[in-house]
Amino acid sequence: MRKYVAIIISALIFIVLAHFFITGNAPINYLTGGKYTNPITHEQANQSVPQQYLNDSRKDTGAPNVVTAIVVEYRGFDTLGEVTVLFTAATGLALLIEEYRRKMEEIVEPNFIVKIASIVVLPFIVIVGTYIFIHGHLTPGGGFPGGAVIASGFLLLLLVHTTKGLPEKKLSITESFAGMTYALIGLLGLVLANEFLQNYLPLGIFGTVFSAGIIPLIYIAIGFKVGSELGGILHNLKGVHEE
Amino acid sequence: MTYELLEPIFIISTALIAIGLYGVMSKKNILKIILSLGLLDTGVNILIVAMGYIPGGTAPIENGNYSLYMDPVPQALVLTAIVIGVSVTALALAVAMGYYKKTGTIELDKEGVMKW
Repeated sequence: MRKYVAIIISALIFIVLAHFFITGNAPINYLTGGKYTNPITHEQANQSVPQQYLNDSRKDTGAPNVVTAIVVEYRGFDTLGEVTVLFTAATGLALLIEEYRRKMEEIVEPNFIVKIASIVVLPFIVIVGTYIFIHGHLTPGGGFPGGAVIASGFLLLLLVHTTKGLPEKKLSITESFAGMTYALIGLLGLVLANEFLQNYLPLGIFGTVFSAGIIPLIYIAIGFKVGSELGGILHNLKGVHEE
Repeated sequence: MTYELLEPIFIISTALIAIGLYGVMSKKNILKIILSLGLLDTGVNILIVAMGYIPGGTAPIENGNYSLYMDPVPQALVLTAIVIGVSVTALALAVAMGYYKKTGTIELDKEGVMKW
């Protein structure tokens, strides 16, 4: 009975949503779409919000990648909250799993190919992850994908060493220092540029690695934080004691 | 400007949303519920990114050769949503592990367990 109700409800939702999106108006194009109205002063501007981001990001932030400019610079406070959500989830997971930790009793030998390949591949995985988060303001990518790539290297380690976990203490120390660095960069902006997370470093030459002010610094901090945090999540989900 | 190219993407993403809702409502296996939540998440993300499509545009990274870029705002929003989705999935898996250790099953069909 419940199954049929679920089928009917989800089919209805599919039909309504698909009909709405296909026959409705075309998605709002920022070139033709709504103009920006300041909610406080009620002034009308000629540009829509994405158009303003695309036009001004080079002048404001010095980063070629506009998505990075939005995530780190224009909406930096939002990203700080996002990092906090990730931290809260990792801490909650560690708390929930704490009482179910166990010793690995049966020793499973890892696959020979995985074992040898991990020695060869692991350094390159770490290098690729580091490249992605250092070049976050120039190329697609940034702190979150780079950290996830490094955490996939940790997953390879956990698969090869079947009875061991990761060094949990070092991971959490790295993670707390990276998080503190992010908050400190923001607070320095409060001191030097009068606004939290405001850019206070020179913008440099457009399109080089050492440019765009505080964006690379913040993305390096986020890369370390996400990498160690996802590594800790994987270690906790494996559920072994630290060794 | 035409948006016919987007129609299959709208159908796919709304189908993913509907499948995810169906799984959350009808399944009793906790792992299947978590998978359905992931499907729902992916469908919404694809839908939001497709909204920012501009015909003839390119990725919003400035490099002089192009003048028309995609809408960067939905991409930035989805970047946030993906991270939140990953952390929520990890937390849900931890809850599922705790439930399995307490009851010895991951099916939600025991007495006293609420599932409509």
